[in-house]
Amino acid sequence: MKIKGWKEIMPGGLVTEPGSSVTYETGTWRSSRPTIDKERCTHCLLCWVFCPDGSIVVRDSKVVGIDLKHCKGCGICANECPRHAITMVDEIKARVEEGLS
Amino acid sequence: MSNVIQQVKGKVVALEGDYAIAEALRQINPDVMAAYPITPQTEIVQKFSEFYAEGVVDTEFVPVESEHAALSTCVGASAAGARAMTATCGAGLALMWEILWCASGLRLPIVMAVVNRSLSAPLNILTDQTDEMATRDAGWVQLYAESHQEAYDNIIQAVRIAEHPDVMLPTMCGMAGFVLGHALGQLELLPDEAVRKFVHIYHPHYSLLDTDCPVTFGAFDHWDYFFPHKRQQWEGLNNALRVIPEIGEEFGRLTGRYYGLVEPYMLDDAEVAIVIIGSAAGATRVAIDEMRAEGIKVGMLKVRCYRPFPADAIAEALQGRKAVAVLDRTSCMGGEGSPLFTEICSALYNRNIAMKIISYTYGLGGYDTIPEEFCQVYRNLLQIAQGGKIEPIHRFLSLPERGES
Ligand code: SF4
Ligand code: SF4
Repeated sequence: MKIKGWKEIMPGGLVTEPGSSVTYETGTWRSSRPTIDKERCTHCLLCWVFCPDGSIVVRDSKVVGIDLKHCKGCGICANECPRHAITMVDEIKARVEEGLS
Repeated sequence: MSNVIQQVKGKVVALEGDYAIAEALRQINPDVMAAYPITPQTEIVQKFSEFYAEGVVDTEFVPVESEHAALSTCVGASAAGARAMTATCGAGLALMWEILWCASGLRLPIVMAVVNRSLSAPLNILTDQTDEMATRDAGWVQLYAESHQEAYDNIIQAVRIAEHPDVMLPTMCGMAGFVLGHALGQLELLPDEAVRKFVHIYHPHYSLLDTDCPVTFGAFDHWDYFFPHKRQQWEGLNNALRVIPEIGEEFGRLTGRYYGLVEPYMLDDAEVAIVIIGSAAGATRVAIDEMRAEGIKVGMLKVRCYRPFPADAIAEALQGRKAVAVLDRTSCMGGEGSPLFTEICSALYNRNIAMKIISYTYGLGGYDTIPEEFCQVYRNLLQIAQGGKIEPIHRFLSLPERGES
């Protein structure tokens, strides 16, 4: 995410574009990230109900992934999943593996 | 455009300082006034509510339940694009504390009169500047008045300063409680039309009510943009160093009364000087006149604008003085002298101006200070200038350890 300089931003933190929170990354401070075991998931959507940041991505009533731009890594989804389908993994490790793969 | 300003003649009246502020508010005719009464500011709100009841202002007057609510109302009104004003002092200003930062951080040009008084305890409501000086880091422009006239004139100019596109910051106008606020003084009130023309109609750049250009005020600012926004705010406040004298010049062409950041009195050839803010500059002038009559070269620098801090103007004015005393009517407990003193020391140091300089705290909680006591400060300074002992650097004006029997 490119950070703008102080002369390029709106005074007083005013927001003039609608829906800018979609593109704004709030997940940068996550220390661990949820990973879903698709084999175990029954798409009960409890994780979607409980996620405080709306970061469980659902399409056609099915969980299809995690919005890592906004997931803060709180682990609530992993805690609530009745199927223990979500595991929290170390963020740094996950990033290294992403980089390697 | 500014060349065509014609000087106008006002009406000379005798008013209490609070009523002078209320008259200025009536003439400005703000969109919203939200205030809670507190001594010694009460008469401003009382008088203004009379104007409201009589229908002589178009203002939406909101009698709120606290000062926190008063300033919060102004924040909401200002974000909605209204010209919003309030007045408070002492404990009321302290109760606004949280919202002071919201007003400046959102870049809302709210104007507030502060009728300066002490903060308890011990319980006290009398004149000093502890209330306003303590808010110096809140990001507001701060002007202080010496007289009734200045108190009235400052409020009118504050509207233009706050709303200037290069500033866009709330502005406080300080005036001594009781000494000015409750005492009768002579001043010239401008004609209503002249004030309305001077402050003209406020056109906000952004407004919550502008549905063609919708905008969000007060969104969460994360670690990435909070600091840059503060940097912008700092720039706005610094711009006021240019804007305040510009507005003061324009106001001068209208009224014959010109205003800058600081005002020297008998300073050009003065060997020693007092730097002071607010109403006690009057007693200092009397002391200067007495000593000048004896041929002693003493002078004064009155600081009208404390935020932004006019470091260049102060350093330039003080350069060449042999010894200077900075008088603060507030206490920065445990600090290296009082706030104005420490900032002046830093301004001089950063400009390689070496000078003997001492700090006085004076007049807390209405403690009376008479011209003879300022004469004594000058006598002390003259001794220091001639090589006398400078210690203690931080002093308490005319405060004996034991009473005389
Ligand atoms: S709570 Fe567990 S089982 Fe239910 S949808 Fe989420 S991951 Fe799947
Ligand atoms: S870790 Fe927290 S923020 Fe991330 S998807 Fe799970 S519940 Fe939502």
